[in-house]
Amino acid sequence: MSSLAILMARKTPFDVIAENFTLLALALLSFSAIVFLIFLLGSRSSVKTQEWLKYLVFLVPALLLLLIGLIYPTFRTLIMSFMDKESETFVGFDNYIWAFTIPEINVVLVNTLIWTLTVPLISTLLGLAIAYMTDRMKRPAAIKSLIFMPMAISFVGAGVIWKFVYNYQPREGQPEIGLLSAIFKAIGLTPPNWLLEAPLNTYLLIVVMIWIQTGFAMVVLSAALKNVPDEIVEAAMLDGATAFKRFYLVSVPMIRATIVVVLTTIMIGTLKVFDIVRTMTGGNFQTNVIANEMYSQSFRQMNYGQGSALAIILFVAIIPIIVYNIRQLRLERTER
Amino acid sequence: MSTLRRRAIALGATAVAASLVLAGCASTEPAAEETAAVDEACAAYADYLGNEGTEVEIYTTIIDPEASLFIESFAEFEECTGITINWNGTQEFEAQISVRVEGGTAPDMAIFPQPGLLAKFAGNGLVPANDKTSASVDENYTADWKTYGTVDGVFYGTPLGANVKSFVWYSPKTFADNGWAIPSTWAELLALSDEIAAGGAVQPWCAGFGSGDATGWVGTDWMEDLMLRFQDAATYDAWVSGELPFNDPKVAEVLAEAGKILKNPAYVGDVASIATTTFQEGGAGIVDGTCAMHRQASFIGGILAADFGATIVSPEDTTTEGGITTFYFPGVSADNKPALGGGEFVGIFADRPEVHAVHHYLTTAAWNNKKASLGGWFSANLGLDTANVADPVNKVAVEILQNASTFRFDGSDVMPAEVGAGSFWKEMTAWVAENKSDKAVLDAIYATWPY
Repeated sequence: MSSLAILMARKTPFDVIAENFTLLALALLSFSAIVFLIFLLGSRSSVKTQEWLKYLVFLVPALLLLLIGLIYPTFRTLIMSFMDKESETFVGFDNYIWAFTIPEINVVLVNTLIWTLTVPLISTLLGLAIAYMTDRMKRPAAIKSLIFMPMAISFVGAGVIWKFVYNYQPREGQPEIGLLSAIFKAIGLTPPNWLLEAPLNTYLLIVVMIWIQTGFAMVVLSAALKNVPDEIVEAAMLDGATAFKRFYLVSVPMIRATIVVVLTTIMIGTLKVFDIVRTMTGGNFQTNVIANEMYSQSFRQMNYGQGSALAIILFVAIIPIIVYNIRQLRLERTER
Repeated sequence: MSTLRRRAIALGATAVAASLVLAGCASTEPAAEETAAVDEACAAYADYLGNEGTEVEIYTTIIDPEASLFIESFAEFEECTGITINWNGTQEFEAQISVRVEGGTAPDMAIFPQPGLLAKFAGNGLVPANDKTSASVDENYTADWKTYGTVDGVFYGTPLGANVKSFVWYSPKTFADNGWAIPSTWAELLALSDEIAAGGAVQPWCAGFGSGDATGWVGTDWMEDLMLRFQDAATYDAWVSGELPFNDPKVAEVLAEAGKILKNPAYVGDVASIATTTFQEGGAGIVDGTCAMHRQASFIGGILAADFGATIVSPEDTTTEGGITTFYFPGVSADNKPALGGGEFVGIFADRPEVHAVHHYLTTAAWNNKKASLGGWFSANLGLDTANVADPVNKVAVEILQNASTFRFDGSDVMPAEVGAGSFWKEMTAWVAENKSDKAVLDAIYATWPY
């Protein structure tokens, strides 16, 4: 009864839409006014000023956004990582010493290392294998789309799905909803409590990430394989190279640059992995990774110093990979 | 809601004014009769007269559907005293209250969901409760409740609603079928657990710590409840504030007692799986009879009813299949009856007589009974008659509060976030999941405390 009264007093969806559209119209109007003004200024000024105006108009907004959204936060985080939890006094390297000496955080760093080594390698290898196998297939679309599908699922969604797969039923006589446990029981084995057993649990979480990333690797590598000229492969065939040798000595070297880009891209994504761990174990049971701990420190425990220090460690760890990635991208471009 | 109400009141006021003008021309006799009838019902509100036509705004987190029950409970008061209470409920309360107080538009009255927030405004806008209200709180609440509303010796916040965590959920049918008796001491509780375990058919305890990124909070509740039982209230306070180190032998003693149940495979089955069982599923076993007892706050009743087909029954109902209810999580001895829970506090920001009148009225047994009888709500008011509390679990809660030797708020909410929302959760989880030793758990929490 009373909820009806509230509904009546509240804005209807139509009111909200009308309000939003008015705002949109206003924003568009003021934007076009500014653009018009700039063009007006441009048309009235000399050629030399026009040159300058060009840089100003196109570069300044982008630079400004970069400054606000990227450069300022980076430096602010860097400064905060040397300050206490309220960001009031400087504490030197205390937060970094904390990160590298506390056993709970050491687990986090080791886990992150395991993730960054295994996920890119396995998903790229799997992606490459599938791409190569489907390359000469008549109708690869069905298989490819099935493997690519997990890419469309968010990490949180994937985490929830796989949490069901790994579900463990401690009470006897209750229905088993965990796929993996059910398989184990069907073949007469006692399933462990999957997400609890370290270090097994970390690898089980890694499987989720691989499941998602393999599709990405496959699609990119498959496109690269299509670019390998048929003549070269045929020439190798005529020379008597076996299928494995054609793959290993011809195709792979031809797409080497792409493989490296795929590897490093997945590696960067893996270093930042957060959602899978947070949804599936909450970082408990020794499965924590750096991005999750960084979030917990900063926004759960309100310790901005330690959270920022972890962010900077993550940042520094990613830089060399990004540099390498960009260099490879350039190499690939010049090769073409 | 409030605008509609105000409009209705304005309309009413116009109508009254019009009728007064008319009455001036016509005879006044029928009106006098009506007033006499109203006077009788309003006799109870004589103390609050003299504030006709005034308004009091109550700013709060409580929104509909609960809010309409509050508004309903004020109706008679408003009619008799002429004070209009404007209920202003918003989920943005906790963020907005500072903005309003600092911006000079403080509400007349605010309902704080926890005492820590109230304390922030002491000496910063809050007006102390007047002597009459203070005396009413002395009379109607235990001293612990008044202490939570007192900052630096000045009494500001009067208690409003309450909630209780010291519950053990069980199925009266399972207990009756097996001839088990409700234990009244900790030793009896362990003896009963042994008896159930010896029977073999039913697991004595069910527990679940899982709660996404807050996994482990259930364990902290166990610790707090037992801390209040095995140590005195002063030690509890010292522990919460950090004066007592987290790895003190006194804390270790309590963790060991918790381990007697939670880390005993004969009681809970697979200890490690407590960490992966969600707190919602944790109590499911008492509904289907696979386990006997489950320690959890009152809210779990609603979850078990909605998701696991439980029916909330009274302790006397021993026939309903899937019927669940609660008993008091017992103390060390039968007369050691601490209670762990929470509650809201009402603070005022305006020193006007009508504001003090409403402030006082909310502490009276009369209002608390009136509000409780509307359902779904109870308070720690000693004058609250359990006959007015329909829900069987709330009834037990009121009894716990009225008999409590001490009352304390959830300690982990008050501890520094590094501990209360961090290491305490994580380490209690590791305690069951990885069989981490008591000492290692307490040392790890101690290491994160910002002493």
